[in-house]
Amino acid sequence: MKRISSDDVKHVARLAELEFSDEQISRITPQLDKILEHVARISIVDTEGIQSTSHAVEIKNVLRDDIADDSISQEEALKNAPEEEDGGFSVPRID
Amino acid sequence: MLETKQISCMDIAGSIFSRIEDIDEDINAYIRVEKESALESAGRIDGKIAAGEKVEDLMGIPVGIKDNICTKSITTTCASKILENYVPVYDATVIKRLKKRDYILTGKLNMDEFAMGSSNENSFFGSVSNPWDTGRVPGGSSGGPAASVASGEAICSLGSDTGGSIRQPASLCGIVGFKPTYGMVSRYGLIAFASSLDQIGPFSRDMEDCASMLNIICGHDRHDSTSIKTKTPDYKSFLKDDIKGMKIGVPEQLMVEGMDPEVKSAVGKALKMAEGMGAEIEEISIPNLKYALNVYYIIAPSEASSNLSRFDGVRYGYRDRTAKALRDMYKKTRARGFGDEVKRRIMIGTYCLSAGYYDAYYEKALKIRTIIINDFKKAFSKYDILISPTSPTTAFKTGEKMDDPLTMYLSDICTIPANLAGLPAVSIPAGLSKAGLPIGLQIMGDVLREDNIIRAAYSLEKAIAFKGVPNI
Repeated sequence: MKRISSDDVKHVARLAELEFSDEQISRITPQLDKILEHVARISIVDTEGIQSTSHAVEIKNVLRDDIADDSISQEEALKNAPEEEDGGFSVPRID
Repeated sequence: MLETKQISCMDIAGSIFSRIEDIDEDINAYIRVEKESALESAGRIDGKIAAGEKVEDLMGIPVGIKDNICTKSITTTCASKILENYVPVYDATVIKRLKKRDYILTGKLNMDEFAMGSSNENSFFGSVSNPWDTGRVPGGSSGGPAASVASGEAICSLGSDTGGSIRQPASLCGIVGFKPTYGMVSRYGLIAFASSLDQIGPFSRDMEDCASMLNIICGHDRHDSTSIKTKTPDYKSFLKDDIKGMKIGVPEQLMVEGMDPEVKSAVGKALKMAEGMGAEIEEISIPNLKYALNVYYIIAPSEASSNLSRFDGVRYGYRDRTAKALRDMYKKTRARGFGDEVKRRIMIGTYCLSAGYYDAYYEKALKIRTIIINDFKKAFSKYDILISPTSPTTAFKTGEKMDDPLTMYLSDICTIPANLAGLPAVSIPAGLSKAGLPIGLQIMGDVLREDNIIRAAYSLEKAIAFKGVPNI
């Protein structure tokens, strides 16, 4: 596995909508590198023909009838909003 | 005692709150104490009992709740700045179930931010101390739930376990912590960390209280599509002091290198006791367990990076007010709202899921997860339970592992496999080290075989007769 660079870290930060200062980038890069190097050791395991598991306990086709039920009110939905306007969530301008 | 009216709910609640007032300054188990409403409930329940209502298990009993479980109208923070003022408008299913039983909520318990950590040092509200030695960590991420029960600041508590977050702190604090089979407890209202691994479970002083709690919280819930549709057994019926003929496997991969010799010897002693009671013990090899930690630290951060994308300053939680445009607001909100460990895991997960790395990391990990599950299936075709230490060491010193995330991750090496395979597992106290620190023993069972675990844990609890109480 290739080592990760500070440019990789900046790229991933953009994907994750996070922001780091240069000082933080130089601190976090070797940490992430060490962790990723460690987890990448699984590359030696032969997984030819093995199915992947996203859920350990198998449950199939969880379906239900589409029945209208009570839900939270608009007022409740907005209760935790940092900002609201005219009954909706308000955000800064979209750039 | 409640039934015979020797003691009232008010007495019990009163003693719990005076304990909290006396010592929580040193322990910091609580993020929020709900004294007023608790005493009000206690009075109301005493009234019901006086009127002749049947006293059910846990009725009127003070229970603390980890602060990642939603409580209607009561702030639920996940120990994060980003949710510092979040007030849920609904109760988690487990809370609804406890309320139906007339439990008493003592308050919301401290934890590692978003349940990410093994020492409870990653909380926005300050770290939690171990009641056995306040210079040491209580374990994590459910440090508050464990420390509160160990120190008498709650009778029982609820935590969540994604890679050991119930069992490891239970081990370090000398109490019982149980992670049920994945899907037996609804995750509705549990703020998600890694959805395919997260499971709610109880902390208690002994197996009897543990079984009572399981009886209340387990069961199908249509609000959680991963909830298992099966008849919920009476977990208390498995409290049998009899393990004659039980087949116990001891996976050599969980007797890890660098393990504290005192931990190893305490587990060995317990195994001897089990043998003396007629169980058959065999050392076994589950070779692919050696990859469990690697697989976990790909899958859990990957799921977390996706789950935590919802915290963007729009619908709830903290918002950075300095940003003038939307994407800048997202970035600044998340950069300032999340702590270092959470950001680290979001970064690892985002990397593992990103173009060019997905197959080598995430997809590969999911395949090895299958291999590990198959290995466990094989093991459980021969053995009823598997026994190991819960944690390779006793409680470590506060600050000791904070600068080295990877070393911290290694503290979960014995507990992670159960989450990957969805298995039920418990940690019970196995003794004290020479330094007076608790040692935990882990019992894992096959999927939905809580019966074997409870029987073995109850029998060993009787044999070990752990009487330790922290001197605080």
